[in-house]
Amino acid sequence: MAATVIHAYYNDDDVLMHAVKRIKEAKHHIEEVYCPFPVHGLDKAMGLAPTRIAITSFMYGVLGLAVSIVMMNYIMITDWPMDIGGKPSFSYIENMPAFVPIMFEMTVFFAAHLMVITFYLRSKLWPFKEAENPDIRTTDDHFVMEIEVHDNESELKELLLDTGAVELNIIKTSH
Amino acid sequence: MASHYEAPIRKPLVLGDKGYHDVSVDIAAPVEGRANRHWWIVFSIALAALLWGIGAIVYTISTGIGTWGLNKTVNWAWDITNFVWWVGIGHAGTLISAVLLLFRQKWRMAINRSAEAMTIFSVIQAGLFPIIHMGRPWLAYWVVPIPNQFGSLWVNFNSPLLWDVFAISTYLSVSLVFWWTGLLPDFGMIRDRAVKPFQKKIYSLVSFGWTGRAKDWQRFEEVSLVLAGLATPLVLSVHTIVSFDFATSVIPGWHTTIFPPYFVAGAIFSGFAMVQTLLLIMRKVCNLEAYITVQHIELMNIVIMITGSIVGCAYITELFIAWYSGVEYEQYAFLNRATGPYWWAYLLMMSCNVLSPQIMWFKKIRTSIMVSFVISIVVNVGMWFERFVIIVTSLHRDYLPSSWTMFSPTFVDIGIFIGTIGFFFVLFLLYARTFPVIAQAEVKSILKSSGERYKKLRDEGKPLYSISKNGIVRETYIKSEEEETAVAGQPTIAVNLLDSIGSFDTENENPDDLKKVKGIGPLMEKTLNKLGIFSFLQVSKMTQMEYDLLDTLTGAFPGRAQRDDWAGQAQLLLNRDK
Repeated sequence: MAATVIHAYYNDDDVLMHAVKRIKEAKHHIEEVYCPFPVHGLDKAMGLAPTRIAITSFMYGVLGLAVSIVMMNYIMITDWPMDIGGKPSFSYIENMPAFVPIMFEMTVFFAAHLMVITFYLRSKLWPFKEAENPDIRTTDDHFVMEIEVHDNESELKELLLDTGAVELNIIKTSH
Repeated sequence: MASHYEAPIRKPLVLGDKGYHDVSVDIAAPVEGRANRHWWIVFSIALAALLWGIGAIVYTISTGIGTWGLNKTVNWAWDITNFVWWVGIGHAGTLISAVLLLFRQKWRMAINRSAEAMTIFSVIQAGLFPIIHMGRPWLAYWVVPIPNQFGSLWVNFNSPLLWDVFAISTYLSVSLVFWWTGLLPDFGMIRDRAVKPFQKKIYSLVSFGWTGRAKDWQRFEEVSLVLAGLATPLVLSVHTIVSFDFATSVIPGWHTTIFPPYFVAGAIFSGFAMVQTLLLIMRKVCNLEAYITVQHIELMNIVIMITGSIVGCAYITELFIAWYSGVEYEQYAFLNRATGPYWWAYLLMMSCNVLSPQIMWFKKIRTSIMVSFVISIVVNVGMWFERFVIIVTSLHRDYLPSSWTMFSPTFVDIGIFIGTIGFFFVLFLLYARTFPVIAQAEVKSILKSSGERYKKLRDEGKPLYSISKNGIVRETYIKSEEEETAVAGQPTIAVNLLDSIGSFDTENENPDDLKKVKGIGPLMEKTLNKLGIFSFLQVSKMTQMEYDLLDTLTGAFPGRAQRDDWAGQAQLLLNRDK
């Protein structure tokens, strides 16, 4: 059995958006779109689920806040309480104002870094990772839409050419 | 599409008849081209300054802080002045990329990359000073709360100096990550344009394999937005905490509650001035006048004027509060600043920071490149003197008149300062040659709304795009791995291959020495000959499709032919033979 995918090349974001809408209307599944820059509304038009990365950032921030509180409570209150200027550090809550700056910094530190690490891992971005864009023009000025063919090659070809694809690449893999 | 609409009154942010590909070409040009003589001259000067600075630092560390001009009254001077100055300069980068992102200001896109680079490089300079002035920098790790060999002795979390450690390191690392994440698509663009294998390798490495899927972009935009949201309070906190180093002390002139907002405004002020200085040079040297336009310069000048006015307001408030407090020590600290032996530094600070930006009220002046450049330098000088005035004039006449004294820097103080300026420019110049200095992916995303080409089309009532229905269709065959080893499949592919690149008549023509093409060795040449490829002409006709076929046939070094660009090389060799 031959698995076939079509790579449809577009050279304009507006044309691409129209094409995506028409192809979705025709009930075809769009595997992927490779873009040189963010196209607003493309994710919705393609039917991608919204990203939850902002929620993870919030949770990481809460974690950072907790870490800073536990750390300073142990260091400044439990392990080695100091009496500075007649203001002994015997309880966290009474000494808390002096700890606010670091509580804030640690919250931001955790929220930012762990979110970015999550992003890199989820989108498979790390040093020595090979790029997977099908054509080098997709980082310059071309958009590539990838659609799988299920015995409807000619129909799809026609539809894609009609939506203004500047180039179609039909990739046939035989097993 | 309606989403590209922008009010016609808004000035274009990308000048000229630029399409998407033109943006790639223009922004990759400084990276792909060679450095000119001016670059080398400036780089050598910066490098010399850096080396001098390193010498001064080595001397300080090996001999001691006594090599500086400090005395027992003025025990904190240029080191901390330089620290605050550099941190302040850093703030503009985050302000431009984060705060202007939250406010959806499109003009940030041409300048945010360089402004963020400036942030990182100047925070590095700032970070050097606390470490050097520790006296024993090899013990710098003592500022980190780690269990240690001295019993339960921890760092003091009540101290603003420790807050500074956390604030500056969070700031530096978050800025770096923000910057690099934004760079990934642009490194990807340069990677895909690169022809030479070495460049391709380096940019693949730094682009982290950026592929640009729709999902990646969706996450990318969300991450940028959240990072901007985090970086905005972060940048405000950093200079606030820097100001706590002074404000939480009991020295008259330092002990003022106005410091946090006043320092933050001053930081933005000086940072924008530095961005202005750097970009005015860069747009000229890198031919980026179409992207960093007079409109950008004017907007930055307006920010400089407004923050300069805020700073001026703070100076006057400080004076008023000193008088109004009724505390004579406080009153004297400010009287001494303005009329004491350091009157000249105070006057310099007032005229550079408060008066000079006021000329920006005139449109002619704030759109003049020459005046903008001069003012940006003047502001940088003024802001250095502001920190000097705050620090040194508050210390040099303390509670005991017998210990009143003046501060004079030694050559070591000056050497370290000049050294950091050199270091900063070394980093920035290297950046300008190797990094995409403008966030090209972001610029492309606003090209239709703010580019001159599309604005004109819209004004003329013409459509911004056209749908052509005669695309090219081509087919690619990929053999899956199981069959690759099977010999039976080969002849048909080989015939396919020769169909597209043309066959070679071994009897009547002389075969070329294919080994001349870089990447083809004797073994590969034999393989190619077996397949019927003998001439440069045939190789020069190879495209992606043929490369792929070749890879499936030989199985050795997949992707090798693309990387070395055999077809291009063969074309060159072909032309040489003629």
